[in-house]
Order: sequence, then structure tokens, then C-alpha cells
Amino acid sequence: MEVSARFRDQRLAKRLAEKIRELEPEEPTKFCHVCGTHEWTISHYGIRSLLPENVEVIAGPGCPVCITPASLVDGAVELALDGVVVATYGDMFRTPGTRSSLCQARAEGADVRIVYSITDAVRMAREERRRDFVFFAIGFETTAPSTAVEVLRKPPGNLSFLVAHRLIPPAMELLADMEDLAIRGFIAPGHVSTIIGAQPYAVFPERYGMPVVVAGFEPLDVLMAIYMLLKQLKEGVARLENEYTRAVRWEGNVRAKEFMRRAFDVVDGAWRGIGLIPNSALELKKAFREHDAIERYGLDVRSTPGCDVPPGCRCHEIMVGKAYPMDCPLFLKACRPDRPVGPCMVSIEGTCRIWALEGGWLRGV
Amino acid sequence: MCLAVPARVLEVRGSRAKVDFGGTVREVDVTLVDVRPGQYVLVHAGFAIQVLDEREAEEIIRAWEELLGA
Repeated sequence: MEVSARFRDQRLAKRLAEKIRELEPEEPTKFCHVCGTHEWTISHYGIRSLLPENVEVIAGPGCPVCITPASLVDGAVELALDGVVVATYGDMFRTPGTRSSLCQARAEGADVRIVYSITDAVRMAREERRRDFVFFAIGFETTAPSTAVEVLRKPPGNLSFLVAHRLIPPAMELLADMEDLAIRGFIAPGHVSTIIGAQPYAVFPERYGMPVVVAGFEPLDVLMAIYMLLKQLKEGVARLENEYTRAVRWEGNVRAKEFMRRAFDVVDGAWRGIGLIPNSALELKKAFREHDAIERYGLDVRSTPGCDVPPGCRCHEIMVGKAYPMDCPLFLKACRPDRPVGPCMVSIEGTCRIWALEGGWLRGV
Repeated sequence: MCLAVPARVLEVRGSRAKVDFGGTVREVDVTLVDVRPGQYVLVHAGFAIQVLDEREAEEIIRAWEELLGA
């Protein structure tokens, strides 16, 4: 049997939910995850309905498509309309910038291609040497190593990269610093952690006295993480624990981290709806400047000030867990999965889209 | 985006491997991991990003069964 299936065992899940209810805290307790796939698991399996009344799990900025600044989307749209072939992952295709999306650019005749992997974009660029290609490289630490591999493999001269990779731990620190959010513990993202390891989260128990559990994506993984967080709170200690031991090692994927280190510098980065987060972005090293789309085409991708979301949209509050999708006046009215207004309704990892399709609100928040 | 799907490695050839996603066979890049046929890997955007430790998975499930008295 495929290993992950064991982590969907209904009998164990029921027992675990009972154990969780035995640990009901005395005061309202809020945990935060920072991964769209965790939100999907929580919503799809109705995990919130299994928790004690006063335990809340909120979604942080765990959707890479959602947090990609509108100015970068605008840059990609501009290139596409200028005749450059823009290749990117599926969800980025429909994400609105300030004026339009890559999808709209394609409707206007631009050549925009959805790829499953960066490797597909490299192959296309090799096959069509006379055309200029830009790969719009978005994603967190899970995705950044694949970009690094292709950058270091000597990509064809007609291919450049619009790099929008962001790093998760600095965003978690921002959330930990938000006193009004009052998070009592983090469910750390399992797939980001397969690359960076558990070690980068040590700062949370050490500096913030905040428990962290690295968790996988099956329902038992998430339930176990919540149980482990509640247990730490009950014991009055804050530790970094790893529930996802079948995939996450303390040091992570050392080879992948080395690829990232050789291809990128860590710089301050803008997050859509959030603003500038120190040391949270990756930029191509100067040695690869000829493959940097921003340099090659002189793109102005400075973020516009403000919350960087469409008027009326509350994605900027939803992305940091300060509002739930139903707090937004547009949710399931003007903004729907088939015609999204805000970035959180576009991506399969956006909280609004997940709630719209999976009913994340079950057990009335 | 950070969705990574487990797949069983069927065949490794240099930096590429044929993997089986529960019936769907695809080629993925294995530059970032050391794998051999039969092992499970997590695949994200066409790259295997980590090898799944099956023995560890079995052990943890057994430990949980004990903890939960199930």
C-alpha cells in the first residue's frame, strides 16, 4: 500500500480527535498554518469540526500565487503583450495584476503557456530558438530548487527568468510579531520543510516561546500536529517538533539548499497584500544576470504602495489570518471560483477558493 | 503550488526517472535526490524533492496506534 494512505485511517483519526478534545485549553487558542495544502486538508476533511470550540486554526500566507506582487504580474503581462513567450505554472495564468492577467493577455493574442515544470519551459525555448522566452518563476522553497537547477544547467540564451520566489520562515516571523493576531503555535509547512528542514523554525520556541510542529498533509498528520501543539501548551513548554518524519529531516534536503545558494541571493521582498518582508525573497545572482528578465527587459517591478489587491477585496487580511473569507463582502458574490476578483480566489491554494469549493467554514466561525 | 505528490520510482536514468503516481507513469527530474527503483519520492513541479522513508512511516503509525490505544 502506498505509504500516505495509512495517514488517512478513519479509526485513528477518530481516536486522535477524542485525544484532542481531552486537551481542550482553558482559554481561546489560535494556531496558524502557512500552507495552502494544509488549508485544503483542513477544509476538505472538515478538521475544524473535530476541534474543541475554543481552538481555532487560521491560514497564514501559504499561497505563493496569492502573495506574488501585482507589479510582477504586470511585468509578465507587459512582456507577453510585447511578443515574448511567457511560460508559468497554471494558477499564475489567471491571477490578476493591477490591470489584467496573463489569461487576458493571451485572449488579446499574446503567447502565454502553462507548464507543469520549469523543465518544459527550457525545452520549449530550446526548440524555438528564434523566440524570446520568459519563465515566470513563482513559489516558495518547495519550488525554488527546481528553478536553481535549470539556472545552473546553462539555459538557452533566448530564455530568461522572472524570479518571484519567496521564503516562508521570514513571513512566519512577521505573523509571530503581530500581537493582535495572538498566535499560540505554528503548524509548519511540510513540503517547504522537505527542502529547508525543521531547523529554521527553532527561532519560534526560542525567541517567541511559541510551539511549532512540522506537519504533513494527510488528515492524520494535521490532527497529530494540533494534538502535539495542544500538548505542549498544556505542559507549558514550547518546542520544535516534527510530525512529518517520513519526509522531513532536521537539515532538510542539503543538495537542494546548495543549488539554491549557488543560484540566488536572499533579499528583502514584497508580498502581495502584506508589504515588504526582510530577507524573504530570492534574486538571481549577478553571474546569471543575462538570464534575469528584469535586467534583460528593463522591467519596472517596484510594488505599488498600499495593499496591492483589487478594490473591495479583503485578500490582504485573509492572507494573514485576520479575516475569514466570509468576512469579505465579495466572497461568493462578486468573487467566485469561476470569475475570481482577488488572488485568494484564483489559486487552488488560496483560502477563498478552498473555502468556496470545500466549505472550510464548517463549524461556524 | 507546494503540493507534492508521492510516486514510486520505476527506473532511473541519469537525472531523469520514470515514476508511477498510482497508475499514471511520468518522467521526473531526480537531480535533487538519490533514489533507486522501488522507493517512494515526493514530486513537486516535475522534480523529486525528497525520498519518503517508508520504514519511518510504518514506525510512526505503529507508535500512534499505541498512543491512541487503537
